[in-house]
Order: sequence, then structure tokens, then C-alpha cells
Amino acid sequence: MNPSNSALGSALGRECWLPTLQLAMQEVFELMLACPLEVPAEPPPEDGLDITAMVGLAGQLCGILTVRCSSKSAGRMASRMLGIDAEKAGPEMWDAVGEICNMVAGNFKNKIAGLGDGCMLSVPTVITGSEYNLHSMVNDEMHTVLLFEGEPVVLSLEVHN
Amino acid sequence: MDNICALIVDDSSVMRKIVERSLRQAGLSIAQVLEAGNGAEALAVVQKNKVDLILCDINMPVMDGLEFVKQLSSMETAKAVPVVMITTEGSEGHVVQALSAGARGYIRKPFTPEQVKEHVLPVLEAKP
Repeated sequence: MNPSNSALGSALGRECWLPTLQLAMQEVFELMLACPLEVPAEPPPEDGLDITAMVGLAGQLCGILTVRCSSKSAGRMASRMLGIDAEKAGPEMWDAVGEICNMVAGNFKNKIAGLGDGCMLSVPTVITGSEYNLHSMVNDEMHTVLLFEGEPVVLSLEVHN
Repeated sequence: MDNICALIVDDSSVMRKIVERSLRQAGLSIAQVLEAGNGAEALAVVQKNKVDLILCDINMPVMDGLEFVKQLSSMETAKAVPVVMITTEGSEGHVVQALSAGARGYIRKPFTPEQVKEHVLPVLEAKP
């Protein structure tokens, strides 16, 4: 770990990162979709989440941020963002979830002092289907679930030290 | 400024539509909206069309927004067209880089139509 990473790991306190991630995602949904997210009373089941958007982080923080949801939720997100019929959303739903993931990653890093300039984001990638394994050689993982129109949206940050 | 032609540059078609809607919600009189998926496409659009305002993302494939602004600044016919960056890269360093490259304004994603209005109107009003 270089001095910059050390400062990130200690001074900023990674225990603050999970609530910051949640806040970053809540702000994106409120501002861009006009839809507040709810915190579930109990962890909801995560079956059927067949859309995964990923944004890579490189620099002082290396890792990957992912947003997972169902196709039904992705269609509703595209509907809210574009004013189209959720049932008719096609490729727009992948673009919508990818852009949401991108905005959450950017909003998160801009809230962590030192990361704004020291961490670069990749363009988003979207995977459809749920039968896959992701091997990203992580050292640390944060995971939270919020509810969008009652359906789970899973946000994960996997960090390479 | 009435009946402007706006060019929206973003690799996400969803984001291009959201920016267009935000411009209209901001009360701007938009006659035409042109779109480009990256900086290289945007340069080609600017060469062929009279554009009054450009809203541009930073992180894009092929040519990013900062390189686009730099190249636009060297085009005699288009260097006066105001560019407002709309991006997730919201750090102080990125803002300084964008403004140094020639951008006139900077909006961080996520954004509201009010923020678009707040940043775009002064840029259009200052246009010679």
C-alpha cells in the first residue's frame, strides 16, 4: 500500500464508506429518477436479479462497483429516466442501469476526500443473466440492498488494497 | 437567446435524452438538438452544423470530453461555441482541467433541471 492508499484506508475510515455508498445511490435515484429508495426492514431475497452494471475504479482506490437488479426494475428505471413504457424498454434498460451505476460511482468518490482526483472511473459495462461468477481478486467488499418501488437493488463495492 | 441549436455529447443515449429534457424543462428555447456519442463524433457534427451550445460528458470512448474541448478551441469556426461539461467526474481537479481546456461551465451528475438552468443560462447570456 502506497502512502496515498494508506491515508485513504485510515484517515477517511472505511467504516463510513457503506453509508456513503447508500447515500450516493439514494441521491442518484432521487435526482435522476424522482424516486426515493427505501431501506428494507429485513434483507430481501436477492433471486432474479438478472441485470448487473459494473464500473471499474483505478488509482488511489482500485476495485469495482456493481449495481444489480431485476429486468423488471431496470425497465422501470428506464421508464422513469426516459418517460417510456416500462414494458417496452429494450436496450434502454441496460443503458439506464449502466448510467445509474456510473453516477453512483462518481457521486461516491466525490464524497470521499482525496478520491475525487485520485480515482478514475471506467465506462460502465452491463451483464444480463444471473448464472455467472465474478472473480475480481478483492481484499474487501461492501454490500447493501435498497428497495426501488419495493424491489431490491443491490449495490456492492469490491476493493483491491 | 431564442431557438438555439444544442449539441449533446454523451456515450449514453439515456443520458443524452435526460439532458435534452432538462434543457427543455429549464425553459430554454430549443429549436434543434443534435447528438454525438463521443468527442470525435461531436467534432464532425460541429464541422457540419451551426451549433449555439454544447453539453459534453468527460468519460467517453474514442475521444473524451477534455480532448474534444481542446480540439474545439483550435477550430476557428467553432471555438466561440460555449461548452458546458456534464459529468460524474466532479472533483476540483477535473473542474480546473475542463475550464483550462476551454469549457465555460461544469455540471455534476446527478443533477436537476434547475442546476442545468443555473449553469447554462449565464453561459448563453455571455455569448457574444
